[in-house]
Amino acid sequence: MKAFLMYPDQDFDLQQPLPANEQALTQDLELNTLLNAMARGDKFLYNVDQKALLTGLYNPDSIRYRQNVLKDCLKNPSIVREIYQIPIESQDNKQKFWMGLYSSTPGGLLYGGLEMMRMFVGLLKRLKNIADEHAGEFESEGFRRFFAMIQKELDDEYFAIVQDHLKELRFNRGVLISAELGKGNEGIHYTLRKQGKQNLRQRIEALKSPTYTFYIDPRDIGGGRALEELREKGINQVASVMAQSADHIDNFLKMLRIELAFYIGCLNLYEQLTQMGEAVSFPQPVALDERRHAFQGLYDVCLALTMKQKIVGNDGNADNKDLVMITGANQGGKSTFLRSIGLAQLMMQCGMFTPADSFCANICSGLFTHYKRKEDPTMKSGKLDEELKRMSEIVDQITPNSMVLFNESFAATNEREGSEIARQITHALLDEGIKVFYVTHLYDLAHSFHAKKMDNAIFLRAERKAGGGRSYKLFEGEPLQTSYGEDLYHKVFTSGD
Amino acid sequence: MNFQSILFEGYVGLTERETPGEPAFFVDLNLDQVIDSITAGFKEYNLKPFFYTPLHDVDAILYRHEVMQELEDATLMGSIRSFADKMVIVRRLLGLVSKLDFQNHREGWFLEAVTSYCEAVVSLVQELSSAHLKSRGLLAFREYITFYANSENFSLLQMDTKKNKAALATVKYCFNIKHSTVKVRKYEGETDYSVEVAGIFEKFKQGAVKDYKIKLYEGSGMNHVEAQILDFVAELYPEIFTGLHHYYAQYSHFLDETIRVFDREIQFYVAYLKHLERLKHAGLKFCYPQISRTDKEVFDEDGFDIALAGKLVSEDSPIVRNDFYLKDQERIIVVSGPNQGGKTTFARTFGQLHYLASLGCPVPGKKARLFLFDRIFTHFEKEENIKNLRGKLQDDLVRINDILTQATPNSIIIMNEIFTSTTLNDAVFLGKKIMERIIQLDMLCVFVTFIDELASLSEKTISMVSTVVPENPALRTFKIVRKPADGLAYAISIAEKYRLTYDGLKERIHS
Repeated sequence: MKAFLMYPDQDFDLQQPLPANEQALTQDLELNTLLNAMARGDKFLYNVDQKALLTGLYNPDSIRYRQNVLKDCLKNPSIVREIYQIPIESQDNKQKFWMGLYSSTPGGLLYGGLEMMRMFVGLLKRLKNIADEHAGEFESEGFRRFFAMIQKELDDEYFAIVQDHLKELRFNRGVLISAELGKGNEGIHYTLRKQGKQNLRQRIEALKSPTYTFYIDPRDIGGGRALEELREKGINQVASVMAQSADHIDNFLKMLRIELAFYIGCLNLYEQLTQMGEAVSFPQPVALDERRHAFQGLYDVCLALTMKQKIVGNDGNADNKDLVMITGANQGGKSTFLRSIGLAQLMMQCGMFTPADSFCANICSGLFTHYKRKEDPTMKSGKLDEELKRMSEIVDQITPNSMVLFNESFAATNEREGSEIARQITHALLDEGIKVFYVTHLYDLAHSFHAKKMDNAIFLRAERKAGGGRSYKLFEGEPLQTSYGEDLYHKVFTSGD
Repeated sequence: MNFQSILFEGYVGLTERETPGEPAFFVDLNLDQVIDSITAGFKEYNLKPFFYTPLHDVDAILYRHEVMQELEDATLMGSIRSFADKMVIVRRLLGLVSKLDFQNHREGWFLEAVTSYCEAVVSLVQELSSAHLKSRGLLAFREYITFYANSENFSLLQMDTKKNKAALATVKYCFNIKHSTVKVRKYEGETDYSVEVAGIFEKFKQGAVKDYKIKLYEGSGMNHVEAQILDFVAELYPEIFTGLHHYYAQYSHFLDETIRVFDREIQFYVAYLKHLERLKHAGLKFCYPQISRTDKEVFDEDGFDIALAGKLVSEDSPIVRNDFYLKDQERIIVVSGPNQGGKTTFARTFGQLHYLASLGCPVPGKKARLFLFDRIFTHFEKEENIKNLRGKLQDDLVRINDILTQATPNSIIIMNEIFTSTTLNDAVFLGKKIMERIIQLDMLCVFVTFIDELASLSEKTISMVSTVVPENPALRTFKIVRKPADGLAYAISIAEKYRLTYDGLKERIHS
């Protein structure tokens, strides 16, 4: 039995490694803010949602599979949360009642297994009841398959059989063990046998062969212990089987919890954004090898979450573009925009909604960020050296159809050298089919690309209103030679007036 | 059938085969360590008495050389080892059987012991039959054991063993435990309940899970409850267990004495070769020496101290090898030179080589000719004790006198640094006196000394010197070479090291 809510045909693998550039992505895109909003302080949710966000999908169909499941969740949040409560309750019960499979004797192990099994059976019945009541309210392929499976596998007959076995394993008729003679005529192959219900031939056979009986005197302590040892040998296998069965159900519930955790995180985020009046929409993913980037009202979800209010979004169309170069005013929203591009990409590719009125982009095979960093505190390497080292690490991992977000990269040296390094890197990436978003103050760099009049490049600029105010909106425009540092200077040094 | 022993050809009395205590010179030559190490993994065979018993007959030595050489073949050695492994089991099981309380249990283990014994014999016969044997010892043994294995007695033993095992393997029974009541009956085809339970919950399986089966104590042994069950099982299958009782009574003395003795004695070779294996792996060479009772022209190429080598190999350190030879009238090797330069090691090597050769064993070296001595004497300095100077000197002289009165021209004597704690004049005087007596006896001797004069006392003495690295005199080569003794070069090299030569001193004073 599989939940299959994250993929139509496979489990969500919580053990899969995060991409090697996880730390850079987390830092540069402020992923903690997003993940905290999704997790609401729940470590488990944080963990699963982080995995999902950073190990996205590469196929529009699999993205749509999750989008549809998520749409069902947005429509039936309380039912989904009720189902999610089942595996959580299972974990809570285990803790609360000290349930465990860690006895040192088979008898103890069997007791633990049975106890846990009874608890699981109660929860599974509840899951079955939810399926019976609400299955009709779900439309997605994922949920419909899931409910159908529950109804088929966990029918009344099945629960009756399970009850029978749980009763039989109390061994009211004694423990029946078969054995053979090993070396030294010592018993081997102790095997627990099913009591009674023999067929006719077996019963006739039984009459021909005698049965010998003996009793252990209650005062014979050693004999009592020896008998107990034999009994333990007899039930060792079934105790292990019960423990494993308990593990199976436990793992099934854990899997269910993992597969739902992603959607619960999405629900949490959705509720917060709608409360602030921010819009979300389900994005349109386009195949890897196409070049699409069209959006309206795209906002930086992390900034919104931090400010706890609705913020300005950007519209844009970079369809058929490989290079998006962003220049313009300081504190004009360039970094925010760049982050919103990265976040939207990750969210789209893991099957989430995007923070935009509409968003359509091609899938990328890997997302990389290269941001200006603080001076290396250990003084081990110079700043440019450090930047190039990071760049080299990216190049180790990058593949065609990836996307790189540069933020003020290679500005650590003088403009001409920095521009030249950046130019050569950018050209190489473009030639390898890698999409580049580049925020820069390097006029030489931006200008040289602009002068080429490439079909596959677009230039955006942070807007500067007359009088120095900023709208935090970007519009299409060629690079300018100044970045309005003067404005900033004035703002800082005259604010006291 | 004239096979007696794999260690001795023909009849040799028990007292001549084994010596209970170790020879007096063992500690001085570090042979105690060597024999300890050789026999370490072979305690249950009690091999030391064999290693304490040197041979005095060249042919007896050749008898062992032949067997030892043959056993260097890995296939043959494998056959002997697997035979030995099975015999170990036989002995352990028989030891167990003698201690067991319950008849059916005891007889069950007895059956196992015989099974292992039959396998040991049968497979050894089979493997020996295809071996190309040349040694007198193994040829005679093969003849013996082949005859034994084909005897009617052994065939019957084998057949009855198999029959009983097969019968017991058909037994299958059930017992039901309810509170303190146990019911025993035959197995009647009941299904495996664990499998059924597993099937019920299989559908939840997400992946592999841990095996919870608890490791229950599984010692061989039987308590009275198991014994009671077994007794009832015996009643369920009366013919099978009656057969077993008869079998046990009939074959209580199944073990053949000659084979039992062979199993022990062959381990002398196995243990020795196993010890050499590690040393050979480190690149050291061993050879079967020529042995003579009359010819005192001995030599060894690339010899080494086998005790020291054992230690150095485990530390992965290099081992220095040394040559020696004595020609014509030469009998006495006088070893001098720097301390810690390998002189004592060299002296020990000489003694070890001769002793190991007398056991019929291969010895350290590429090629060797050695003398078959009647006795070995060693005189090594005991702990220095300044308070007891006079007493010690006197004691030394008494011991040396004892040695010289017992020694014959066929003895070997190893003298190591005697008279170091007396005055030089006394030492020279006493050294010369003793040397003269050794020369007179015409014995083979290694004489380690700091007294250079002893090296050139007669045409029977030769001089060998421990050496240093010329560029850095503080470094020892541990090479002992045949050359005249010259204490001078060494003294100067030490002086250079401390910059106390003429030039060195002048320089230091000027600066």
